[in-house]
Amino acid sequence: MLRVNEIHTYYGLSHILFGVSLEVRPGEIVCLLGRNGAGKSTTMRSIMGLTPPRKGTIHFKEIPCKGKKPHLLARMGIGYVPDDRRVFADLTVDENLEISERNVDKNGWTRDRVYDFFPPLREIHSRRAGFLSGGEQQMLTIGRALMTNPELLLLDEPTEGLAPLIVKGLAEQIVRLKESGLTVLLAEQNQTVALEISDRGYVIDNGSIRYHGTVVDLRENEEIRRKYLCV
Amino acid sequence: MEFAANITAAALFQQILVGLSRTTILFIVSSGLSLVLGVLRIPNIAHGSLYMIGAFMTWSIATVVGGSPAAFWLALAFAPLAVALVSFVVERGIFCRLYDREHLMLLLFTFSLTLVFNDLVKLIWGSDYRSLNAPDFLQGSFSIFGLPFPRYNLFLLLTGPLVALGLWLLTNRTKIGKIARAAAVDREMVSAVGINVSWVFAWVFVIGCYLAGLGGALVAPTQNITQGMDHAIIIEAFLIVIIGGLGNIWGALLGALIFGLTDAIGILVWPQFAIVFPYTAVVIVLVFRPKGLLKSVW
Repeated sequence: MLRVNEIHTYYGLSHILFGVSLEVRPGEIVCLLGRNGAGKSTTMRSIMGLTPPRKGTIHFKEIPCKGKKPHLLARMGIGYVPDDRRVFADLTVDENLEISERNVDKNGWTRDRVYDFFPPLREIHSRRAGFLSGGEQQMLTIGRALMTNPELLLLDEPTEGLAPLIVKGLAEQIVRLKESGLTVLLAEQNQTVALEISDRGYVIDNGSIRYHGTVVDLRENEEIRRKYLCV
Repeated sequence: MEFAANITAAALFQQILVGLSRTTILFIVSSGLSLVLGVLRIPNIAHGSLYMIGAFMTWSIATVVGGSPAAFWLALAFAPLAVALVSFVVERGIFCRLYDREHLMLLLFTFSLTLVFNDLVKLIWGSDYRSLNAPDFLQGSFSIFGLPFPRYNLFLLLTGPLVALGLWLLTNRTKIGKIARAAAVDREMVSAVGINVSWVFAWVFVIGCYLAGLGGALVAPTQNITQGMDHAIIIEAFLIVIIGGLGNIWGALLGALIFGLTDAIGILVWPQFAIVFPYTAVVIVLVFRPKGLLKSVW
């Protein structure tokens, strides 16, 4: 579904990603593990077209993404949940979802379905998004991405800054998304959660992929985890 | 005239009404400027030129249609649309290719537009004064507490709230309005949910410029239509937007009220120095609220 091949991404003059390659197959949850500043968010931004790579290629559903603006990638079926949430703070919860509705079809995501999926959002549907708690904002950013009816969901550190109980609930919801047929690329620092719900994982450090394998491999490979993931 | 020599309650009331009708024009023009500033993040210096073009267009349409009472209303309907069309062509033709450039380039571009528009106005309408009559039933005045008040100003007083209501509906009840509010804060996330931000900018720019044209059309019967009216309005409009809060339409309303009313009251209490009053008000506001009265989107 997604094939990232040898991408090099820069912020201005600083070289951030050095030949990152990864692949996500339909129906998988794939995690991208790494410390703060390892290049997880930059990888996500590169895929979404927000910080396009200078070298290398990205294919989504076998279509080359080079030169495609973020809104076209979103319409092709990539949903993006940024690490800093970035809800539309001046808009209500309802309005956040309303303006994100794309690729509508009869079995797709609607505002009602998002509210069924995240019931707490229904209670606060008329509140301004800027006044929500961290957990509520996280539900809203995921709901907003779902409203674009994506086939691939890019989740950038969804558990960051959330209470453990909320993290657990969120992990269950991500698994439910997978069961509904969605493919997920999950960037995480929190390896416990990520390794619990993913099928495969990549380890990124200093802008390069250091390891990839099944989560079973990753759980057993103490050395890799100590070298690249422990703080 | 002596300082504060002839202030009576009736005169004060009359002058407040005059100030409020001036507020209408100022609000319409500066709300458009504020809208563009808030969403596109560009101070559109050419906004005043579009206001001037709106006034000239109104004169032309009304003159071409002839003396029938409908002429003014047709002009009022179509001149702002013509201005919107001009802005649409400029935005899609040139402006939209520059959004990735640095801020200074965009500022210089809008400045260069003022020069081009100025010369175009000179080419098309010449450098003579033009003047336009309001329809018959809006001409003349009626009396309030024994003092005359122009009928056309009453029409302006009714138009202001209508435009404010229209803008409220646009920003709160329409999809493009909601998207524009979202784009004002986070354009990157707007594009990440599949919205073509470039077209959002185009619509917001056109709506903002329409408001400049509407202001010009409404002001046409009240003053000489002439070169230079662009400079006068753009300075006032920027001050209003700044004291109101950058990009905040309701701030523009508040700023226009302050500017219009202090100007009118200044004329009453100290005519020779009337122009000092609104600027002093601006300074006072900025001393206490440097970021403007209402929340700035910047």
